[in-house]
Amino acid sequence: MNEETQVYFIDNDTLPPEAAERKKRLEQDPSSRIDHMTYLPGMEVIESDIQEKVISQMNAYDYDKYTAEDVERALSHETCTIEDFKALLSPAAAPFLERMARRAELETRKHFGNTVYIFTPLYIANFCQNYCIYCGFNCYNNIHRKKLTMEEIEHEVQVIAATGMEEILILTGESRKYSDLEYIGKAVKIARKYFKNIGIEIYPVNTDEYAYLHECGVDYVTVFQETYNSDKYETLHLLGHKRIWPYRFDAQERALRGGMRGVSFSALLGLDDFRKDALASALHVYYINRKYPHAELSLSCPRLRPIINNDKINPRDVGEKELCQILCAYRIFLPYVGITVSSRENERFRNGITHICATKVSAGVSTGVGDHETKYEGKEDADVGDEQFEIDDNRSFERMYKDMEAGGLQPVLNDYLYV
Amino acid sequence: MQDKLILGGHEFTSRFILGSGKYNLNLINAAVEEGGAEIITLAIRRANTQPSENILDFIPKGVTLLPNTSGARNADEAVRIARLGREMGCGDFVKIEIMHDAKYLLPDNYETVRATEILAKEGFIVLPYMHPDLNVARDLQNAGAAAVMPLASPIGSNSGLATKAFIQILIDEIDLPIIVDAGIGKPSQACEAMEMGAAAIMANTAIATAGDIPAMARAFRQAIEAGRTAYVTGMGRVLTRGGSASDPLTGFLR
Repeated sequence: MNEETQVYFIDNDTLPPEAAERKKRLEQDPSSRIDHMTYLPGMEVIESDIQEKVISQMNAYDYDKYTAEDVERALSHETCTIEDFKALLSPAAAPFLERMARRAELETRKHFGNTVYIFTPLYIANFCQNYCIYCGFNCYNNIHRKKLTMEEIEHEVQVIAATGMEEILILTGESRKYSDLEYIGKAVKIARKYFKNIGIEIYPVNTDEYAYLHECGVDYVTVFQETYNSDKYETLHLLGHKRIWPYRFDAQERALRGGMRGVSFSALLGLDDFRKDALASALHVYYINRKYPHAELSLSCPRLRPIINNDKINPRDVGEKELCQILCAYRIFLPYVGITVSSRENERFRNGITHICATKVSAGVSTGVGDHETKYEGKEDADVGDEQFEIDDNRSFERMYKDMEAGGLQPVLNDYLYV
Repeated sequence: MQDKLILGGHEFTSRFILGSGKYNLNLINAAVEEGGAEIITLAIRRANTQPSENILDFIPKGVTLLPNTSGARNADEAVRIARLGREMGCGDFVKIEIMHDAKYLLPDNYETVRATEILAKEGFIVLPYMHPDLNVARDLQNAGAAAVMPLASPIGSNSGLATKAFIQILIDEIDLPIIVDAGIGKPSQACEAMEMGAAAIMANTAIATAGDIPAMARAFRQAIEAGRTAYVTGMGRVLTRGGSASDPLTGFLR
């Protein structure tokens, strides 16, 4: 039996014996997994030295060697060098958090004024062919799977558009089989009728496929690397195409070569050493900017949160203060880059961080599939797909808009033209 | 005779062009009033929105719109955005902003000349944002620009007249109004540019990030007026060091 062809897998109690055994083998026997550094057939290989530059610096990063003096020096520089950034990410910078926040605020206002962008994600399918042990959508997890039909997608985008939002991020589980490119392209074309600005967060694809999606109306591509430590990555992504770490790393470059206007980056902080992952995320952005100076770049900062059927995984050591330090360091090092803070973070944190460095927040969020009417209008609907993770800031679009305005910020729904 | 700023045949009394994109829309009215601005810029990509937050609705009546093409990465995109702005009712003025650089947002002079040529032929009143280069300014003039808008320093930086010497050359050599744009962070810098002979000042971030936006708009108006008056009057003599020598060097002449 071949798991990749399965719709999804159910948990241990109800898995067919062969599947349960395969799952156990994958978890316990590394030799049962495919090589995570070897491209699968059909995966495009591009010429790029960015991976080497980012990873060699990440591996060499010894954050414990930085001192308060290094942090002082970093903060005194008008332009933050890579070395300065390393100091700002280090434990030695923790006591400087308030000063870092003030500097970050200054940089944010210089580049973005008082504006803050609001968008919402739309999950159109939660089928997944990967076994990522921390994710609620993983193929062995017994959740309700759903893939919206085109009619359902149109209905969902209408419900969302009626709130007034103009920017949408379309997401799927990572399954080429169940959410193929044509399906996503069609969904994008429907969304284009109602939204000015469309991003996608789907499985990584080749350059020509990004070009196809761009033609359908997509201009922004988000791919999270999860962790830049490929050895650690190997132990978390046990099955499926997502297991191929370098193909994922080059996704943003392929997207830009395919004509996308912007790309977004992140590690899932807490999977591995967060300081190293934060360094690698920012350096990834830094080198992409040098190579593609026209690209609009942004960073996110997800931390692990509890998922359905798995309460045991918690953020390892990324508390709010550490997250704030990372974000301030990002802003000081990369003043021109957008920073998105998702609804994984609570209202208090998101309100505070938009005054320091975040430039984009989501609102009216559901990570389930096909439940916007239920959530927005209280309409009951039995057939909705389960959620990827729980969120902590349930604010509606309307409330978010008002809260941002009340905080002295100017909410912006769209400042984008598809040309 | 009144001292007017003339752009594409339109006369303006104020020499302060106000940005609109970086602060609360409800404050635009007060900023325009306190700043005395008669021209306000807006990004066409920001105006391309639904009625609930349409920035156009926040622009006071009687103010001339100067729509900009921000977001354009080349001349073709700028031309398309400019045409869209005209269709949306933004008028014939257009400020060309073409950036192929997301980090510093520096204008692409080459593409800007191309776009200016196309749009001027289509009847737009074209105000190109540019890096102060004399040859490019001449090309822009030949291409039909109504003014030239050199940057003082990187946009949003509030760091003042970093390109002062080059802007002075444009003021001295180009027959079009020179409007200093980007990087002006303080009223004193605006005043200095006006004393040099700039025709007008465009400011956005300096006002948007001030504690009291209308009050800062007022401060800019006063500074711009002071600088303009000084320029028109003719600056007094400035001694760079010490007093003047009492024994004339030419005293030996008969």
